[in-house]
Amino acid sequence: MISLSWFLIFAAALFSLGLYGVLARKNAIAILMGIELMLNAVNINLVAFWRYGDLALITGQVFAVIVFAVAAAEVAVGLALVISLYRRRSSVVADEINLMKW
Amino acid sequence: MSGLEIIFLVVAAVTLSAAFMVVTTPNLVHGALWLVLTLFGVAATFVLLNAAFLAVVQVVVYIGAIAILMIFAIMLTRKVMQDSGPQTNANWIVAALLGLVLFVGIAQLLRKSSAVGMMMPAMDGAADPVVQLGEVLVSPNAYVLPFEVASVLLLAAMIGAIVVAWKK
Repeated sequence: MISLSWFLIFAAALFSLGLYGVLARKNAIAILMGIELMLNAVNINLVAFWRYGDLALITGQVFAVIVFAVAAAEVAVGLALVISLYRRRSSVVADEINLMKW
Repeated sequence: MSGLEIIFLVVAAVTLSAAFMVVTTPNLVHGALWLVLTLFGVAATFVLLNAAFLAVVQVVVYIGAIAILMIFAIMLTRKVMQDSGPQTNANWIVAALLGLVLFVGIAQLLRKSSAVGMMMPAMDGAADPVVQLGEVLVSPNAYVLPFEVASVLLLAAMIGAIVVAWKK
């Protein structure tokens, strides 16, 4: 049988990869992809804790469903921002977006 | 080693290598396709965890909607990503170190915790998780409020996305 730690280590690795993607990538869309990886890692943890804990408490899965909804909303707004930005500045490089820097 | 363990290891290896390609590949269209593979791997992990409904939602919402939306956005901004320079910014080494430190830190914490050796409890006696989830999401003394708030959030995000991306 698979022990809980396998899932947790797997999720931790996925989260770390996502974090690297968010911090290191230039392209704003690639940064959003890194965020998706991190959200997926969190979902694995939530479902794993549900499965290994009390099966009558479904909270882990409910939380994962909410994360799905928030991820969909986040991607829709994020990509709309990226496209709007591309129209105005012809760039999706996060470093060049310094409108609010002083 | 049991069959389940081998399946888990294969799924984890495929998912992690696909995730690695997502964050390193210079071509973003390829990156989005690797992201689809990663999301499939996570769906397979949900199946291994007996969360069948979430696995289906993962395929429908993440792969069917989010990944496709990403590919659309990449293609709409395609002129930019054709520049063939490095796709990472100046502090990618710090980012890699930070990711590594985070992973090692979590692994060390897990080694010390008592939850490590926990085994999967049997599913036989328990109620069907899909039925349970459905009831809990519309029950007034459970999670109906977060459920409704999530739908309002999705509506707000949809309107917001339309307004932001509107061509003036």
